[in-house]
Amino acid sequence: MFKITTEAIQPDALHEWLCKPHHGAVVTFAGLVRDHTDSRATARLEYEAFEEMAEKKLREVGDEIRERWQIEDVAMIHRLGVLEIGEISILIAVAAPHRKHVFEACSYAIDRVKQVVPIWKKEVWKDGEAEWVENRL
Amino acid sequence: MNISVRCFAGCKDIVGQSAITVGVPEGITVGEAFDVLAGEYPGLERYRSSLMLAVNTDYASRDVKLKEGDELACIPPVSGGCDIHADMPMKELTKSRDVYV
Repeated sequence: MFKITTEAIQPDALHEWLCKPHHGAVVTFAGLVRDHTDSRATARLEYEAFEEMAEKKLREVGDEIRERWQIEDVAMIHRLGVLEIGEISILIAVAAPHRKHVFEACSYAIDRVKQVVPIWKKEVWKDGEAEWVENRL
Repeated sequence: MNISVRCFAGCKDIVGQSAITVGVPEGITVGEAFDVLAGEYPGLERYRSSLMLAVNTDYASRDVKLKEGDELACIPPVSGGCDIHADMPMKELTKSRDVYV
């Protein structure tokens, strides 16, 4: 499942969806909206995507994981719109019969998403200013 | 010929719209099309070295030639997901499947 959504992400639903009888391991990663960056207080984040391309790139990252680790079950959901502190911005889950590789695959997935999936966030600061987060690379 | 241009995040703020149609010479490359855009919207110069460009939803290198009706997307450095690994170097993405292998 590879999805871009404006609705709140439900981790339990994704977990259940991936927990098939032949799996023995599932690793889930959730990215959260943090209340600060460096020493500046964050009020909220606003996510925007090039949606057609973002969904396609999520699927491609899933294909890379399948090819590299022979892991069939990968799911990634990215939220768009206004997100409050503590909300989930991205959820990635990887499931396989054995635990070998699932941690590595999940870690690869989030790194890769940050490289190739065209989604941006605007950080709205508590002091009222706002800026696109670019080049924290 | 005409191409459509999609702009996102900081690029959209500079251009003032998320989608525009631009008349360009036949056989123009992706890089040359960016030069045309930067001529029209000088604010885009700040993205000259960091911007990724995509043609019809695939990353494209700057020497790719455009055709009538192509959709060029201006993609500022992406920041989706969350902030882990923010020091990761940007790699060549035009052959995205080769990266990391």
